[in-house]
Amino acid sequence: MALAFSEKAEVHFKDLVSRYPNTLAALLPALHLAQSEFGWISVEVMDYVARRLELHPTKVLTVATFYSMYNMQPVGKCHVQVCTTLTCALRGGYEILEHLEEVLGVRVGETSADGNYTLSEVECLASCGTAPMFQATFSDGEIEYFENLSAERVDTILADLNKRIATLPNPAEMH
Amino acid sequence: MEERFLSRNFDIPNAHTLAVFEKHGGYQALKRAVTMDGDSIINEVKKSNLRGRGGAGFPCGIKWSFLPKESDVPKYLVINADEGEPGTFKDRYLMELDPHRHIEGCIIAAWALGIRYGYIFVRGEMQHAIRRLEAAVKEAYAKGYLGKNILGKGFDFDLYVHPGGGAYICGEETGLIEGLEGKSGQPRMKPPFPAVVGLFQAPTIVNNVETISAIPFIIEHGGEWFAAMGVEKNGGPKLYGVSGPIKRPGVYEARSGITVRELLEEYGGGMLDGHELKAFIPGGSSCAVLTPDKLDAVMGFETMREAGSSLGTGCVTFMDTNTCMVRVAARLAAFYHHESCGQCTPCREGTGWATKVLDAIEAGRGRPEDLDLLLDMCSNIEGNTICALGDSIAIPVRSYIQVFRSEFDAHIKQGCCPYPAWTKKRLRSSVAA
Ligand SMILES: Cc1cc2nc3c(=O)[nH]c(=O)nc-3n(C[C@H](O)[C@H](O)[C@H](O)COP(=O)(O)O)c2cc1C
Ligand code: FES
Repeated sequence: MALAFSEKAEVHFKDLVSRYPNTLAALLPALHLAQSEFGWISVEVMDYVARRLELHPTKVLTVATFYSMYNMQPVGKCHVQVCTTLTCALRGGYEILEHLEEVLGVRVGETSADGNYTLSEVECLASCGTAPMFQATFSDGEIEYFENLSAERVDTILADLNKRIATLPNPAEMH
Repeated sequence: MEERFLSRNFDIPNAHTLAVFEKHGGYQALKRAVTMDGDSIINEVKKSNLRGRGGAGFPCGIKWSFLPKESDVPKYLVINADEGEPGTFKDRYLMELDPHRHIEGCIIAAWALGIRYGYIFVRGEMQHAIRRLEAAVKEAYAKGYLGKNILGKGFDFDLYVHPGGGAYICGEETGLIEGLEGKSGQPRMKPPFPAVVGLFQAPTIVNNVETISAIPFIIEHGGEWFAAMGVEKNGGPKLYGVSGPIKRPGVYEARSGITVRELLEEYGGGMLDGHELKAFIPGGSSCAVLTPDKLDAVMGFETMREAGSSLGTGCVTFMDTNTCMVRVAARLAAFYHHESCGQCTPCREGTGWATKVLDAIEAGRGRPEDLDLLLDMCSNIEGNTICALGDSIAIPVRSYIQVFRSEFDAHIKQGCCPYPAWTKKRLRSSVAA
């Protein structure tokens, strides 16, 4: 099936392109948009973005792989990224990571069998004053920070997240 | 507590909206600025002794005066909102809680410098800040503060919010420009500096979020007033961060010239009960580490240099006595290795080797000659790279070895990390769990 932005995304895309003197400059925001539309950045998605911005596909590949926010493989409906940089670590970031491994039943870097959660480590997200923390990225492109974490708080948050992701699409099946 | 400026609106409900912002005096500085000419504004900023708040501390007014007055192509303002230096978390507050103040600063800068377009380059992860800024930009357009013929002065300025793709190196100003142009964030050689050849090859001013958020206060109260709020050569109030195992971590506004001890004790509430201070990093992980005997050092550019480190971003990370310094160095080396853009061999390879050697020492496999090897690697990285990311690992690694040499020696002599097992879980070196 040929890819195409939804009507809403198309409006957003046109607005993005209008902000810069050339189409290349719209690439980073356009990749964000594409990821929220198509779940992850496959070769097909890169081809589509390249065509829409009139860029060579290798240009898109180079850029998409340089940055950390573009998923070159599908992740779960909710990507839980725990900060383990210095301040978070000093306030229990690794304990939070281990706790998540236990309750989600996955190791760092893995996706749960039901496709709901992927667990990763990330570097400092400028929340050191509210450490430890994790960032949750959802398959609809929403990002949320969860801060001042403890194991108990993580359990409460996960209960909410379970409800929230019930209606979200699985990125692997979005295109 | 002192009178607050930069953080004045942080506790006011809905201060991120135009109505509330204006109710509390917002956009008055802009209205005043447009009655002044560009040179007078640049002069006030020079008099204010406002130093760049992104870490390097370059005097803002001097940077502004480097931007050519005449230009055949439109000039650009680029805001560095890529906040990613470990331990730093102040710009996020300014964008989320007081976005209009920042936008007001952008418009004043554009008016003073004859700039046509501005981009706020925000870390892509900071979606909340991006949305707050976008909403505020929209309101400012509707009110005629942005767009064509601003305040009837025949002055046009368009401002856009641009999300990054997730790369620490885009915090470096030329890496940021590359990122904004839609490329990999690989820093450029300087010179030419962005003021001459910047975004889309045009003259460009790159400033940190906090630097520009301070501008409305300089216009409102005058450069001399701002300068008097600080110390010599470093004017104004500033946002400080305090984090680590302390009682009240967070962002606090204080005058320039406050001491680390005051920040820790009066603002941060002191160390958590049962935790004793061992070391601190004054302004982000690329600064050299300092010990408690330096607590009375003033948070200034010169004073921190005299103390053996640097002010950096002014966000202090405190560490307690259960923190293994070899592991801290290894963890930070791993960070910089991960974030190296890969252009320059000394940085790309050096950060990787430093990580491996530090990991080996932590795991008890260190050799006595490894410390000299590390110091030698640091010297080979420092100053030999296009941007300062290389220095950002060379400086701290050298400082951990120099300041805590006995700890490194103990790891090597005993063939293991002398810290209790539970601390190994708390802070891991990059590979040894
Ligand atoms: C590796 C590296 C990372 C940097 N990260 C940031 C950053 O996240 N935010 C920032 O404002 N400046 C950062 N800087 C400093 C910028 O290069 C530049 O000095 C700053 O944006 C200038 O603005 P200012 O003069 O208003 O501080 C970084 C520099 C280096 C070398
Ligand atoms: S160290 Fe985790 S947010 Fe900064």
